[in-house]
Amino acid sequence: MEDTGKSEFISPKLRKGIQKFFVYFLLALFSFLFFVPFYWMVTTAIKDPNKIFASTPQWIPNPAHWENFSEIFRRMPLFTYIKNTLVVAVLPVIGQMLAAPMIAYSLTKIPWKGSKYIFPLILATMMVPWQVTQVPLYSTWSKLGLINTFVPLCLPAFFGAPYYIYLMRQFVKGLPDSVIEAARIDGAGEFRILYTLVYPMCKPVITTIMVLVFISGWNDLNGPLLYLQDSAKYTLSIGLQMFLTSARQEWDLLMTASTMFTIPLVVIFFLAQKQFIGGISTTSGLK
Amino acid sequence: MNLTAREKSKKGKQKMSRMEKRFFRIGLLFVSPWIIGFLCFQIFPICSALYYSFTDYNVFQPAKWVGLKNYIQLFKNDLFYKSLQNTLYVTVIGLPLGLVVSLSLATLLNQQAKGLRVFRTLFYLPTVVPVVASAMLFLWVLNPEYGLLNNLLSLLGIKGPSWLSDPNYTKLSLLIMDVWRCGQTMIIFLSALKAVPPSLYEAAQLDGAGPVKRFFKITLPYISPTIQFNMIMGLIGYFQYFTQAFVFASVSQQQQTITGGPKNSLLFYSLYLYQQGFSYLKMGYASAMAIILFVIVMIVSFFALRISEKRVNYDVE
Repeated sequence: MEDTGKSEFISPKLRKGIQKFFVYFLLALFSFLFFVPFYWMVTTAIKDPNKIFASTPQWIPNPAHWENFSEIFRRMPLFTYIKNTLVVAVLPVIGQMLAAPMIAYSLTKIPWKGSKYIFPLILATMMVPWQVTQVPLYSTWSKLGLINTFVPLCLPAFFGAPYYIYLMRQFVKGLPDSVIEAARIDGAGEFRILYTLVYPMCKPVITTIMVLVFISGWNDLNGPLLYLQDSAKYTLSIGLQMFLTSARQEWDLLMTASTMFTIPLVVIFFLAQKQFIGGISTTSGLK
Repeated sequence: MNLTAREKSKKGKQKMSRMEKRFFRIGLLFVSPWIIGFLCFQIFPICSALYYSFTDYNVFQPAKWVGLKNYIQLFKNDLFYKSLQNTLYVTVIGLPLGLVVSLSLATLLNQQAKGLRVFRTLFYLPTVVPVVASAMLFLWVLNPEYGLLNNLLSLLGIKGPSWLSDPNYTKLSLLIMDVWRCGQTMIIFLSALKAVPPSLYEAAQLDGAGPVKRFFKITLPYISPTIQFNMIMGLIGYFQYFTQAFVFASVSQQQQTITGGPKNSLLFYSLYLYQQGFSYLKMGYASAMAIILFVIVMIVSFFALRISEKRVNYDVE
C-alpha cells in the first residue's frame, strides 16, 4: 500500500489514530463553545442574584432559585403574550400549509406552460428584503383599519412565501410522476391527487416547513413591533424586549424569561428533529 | 419535444387540446394564491414605495408630491452613509465567516466518529433559541465586567474589550452571536457533503491526493450549488439585518430616539429605515430608502448569481 507524502515514517494505523484524536478534539471543542452560552442562559436563570456578579463564574447554581420562573409570571402578563404569540405562529403555519404544497404541485407535476415562468419569479421575490415593502404595506393595512390586529401578521402566509414554496418544490419535484399519472388515468381530480397522494408523501418537508414557519412567527420582532401597539396584543418578542429595557441588570430574571421563551421551541425541535433535519436537507441549490 | 413546440409557435395560435386546456386552468388555479400574493404584497407595495419616495407622507395625511427632495436629503445625510457602511461591514465580514464556520462544522460532522448525532444536535441547538432571547443572552455573555466571555478570556490572561460599548467591537459582538447561530447553514452543507459519491474520494486517494487537496479538488466543486444557495440566503439575511441589532442598540442607548448603538455603530440600513418611517413617521423618506435598498439588492443579487453561475458546477449532478 502506498502512502502519501509527508507521513512516511508514521504507520497508517498511528496516522489514523491521530486523525481520530483530532476529529474528537475539535468536536469536543466546538461542542463546548456552542453549548456553553446555552448552558449559561439556563443556569443564570436560576442563580442567586448575588452570585451573578461574582468575579469567578459560578458553574452550578447554588442555591437554585426555581421561584424565578413564577416571579416572571408576576413581572409580566406572560399568559397574554403566549396566547398572542401562538396566534401569530400557528395561523401562518396553517396558511403556508394550504398554499405552499398546492403551488409547488402546480409548478412541478401539472404540465402547463406558465410554471416555467413562475418559478424564477418566485426565486426573484425571495431576494426582496421585506423592508422594501414595509412602508406601503403599513399604509394599506392602516387604511383598512387593521393596525393593532393580527391580520397583517397572519394573512400574507395564506398566499405562500417564496422560501417555503421553494423548499416544497424541491421535494415535490422528486416524487415519482408515475404514481400521479396513474391516479389521473384512474380519473382522480387534481385536488384529490394533491390531498390524498402528494400531502402524505411530503411528510418530511411538510414537518420542516411547519417547524420553520412556527419558529419564524414565534421569533418575529419586526412585524409585531410595527402592527401591534396595544400591550394586550403584545407577543413574547415585544414583551421580552420591553422587559429588557425595564429590568436592566436583573440578569437572572432576564435569563429566566429568555429560557422560558426558548423552551417550547426546544421541545418542538426535539419532537420533530428527525424529519426536520431530513427536510432541510432537500435544499441543495437554486436549481 | 422542442421541435413540436417550435412548430406550434410557427403556426401561430393553434388551439390547445382539451387536455392542455384543462391542465392550464388547474395549474393556474393552483398557483393563483401566489399570483395574488405577488401582486398584493410585492408588486403593489414596490410601486407605491416608488410613488411615496417622491412625496412627503406620514400615513395620516394624503401624500404631498415633493419631487426628488427625499433622495437629495438622503444623499446629503451622513447617517444614511453610516447605515450603508455598517450593513456592508457585517455582510463582508459576517457572510464569509458564517460560511467558513458552518462548512467546517459540517465537514467535521461528516467524518467517521461516534456520537455524531449528539454533536449535530449540540451545534444546531443555538439556532432554536429565539433571536430576541439570543440577543439578550449575548448581552449578558458579552457584558464587559461580569460576562462569561471576558471571564474566560481573563483566565487565558487576555483582557477582553468592552464588547457592547466600544464602537469598534459592537458589530463584532453581533457577528459572534450570528456565528453561534449558524446551525441551519451547517445542516444544509452537511446534507450536500453526504451526497458526494465516496467513489470520487477513493479514486483521488489512489492518485495520492491528501485530505486538503481532496477537499479543494473534489468536495468544494461538488457542493458548489449549495455554497451558492447559502451565500445568496446569507446575503438576503444581511440586507434585512434587524432584530439582533434592534435589541443590542436599544440597550446601549436607552434615552435616545435614534437607537443606533454607541456612536451609531449599530445603525444598520433596515434599522435606520424603520426609525425614519415609524419613529418619525417620515414615510416618504423611508420609501426613498426602500427604493434605494431595492435597487442595491437587485444589482448585488444579479452579480452574485452571475459570478457564482460561472463557478458553480452543476455538471456533477
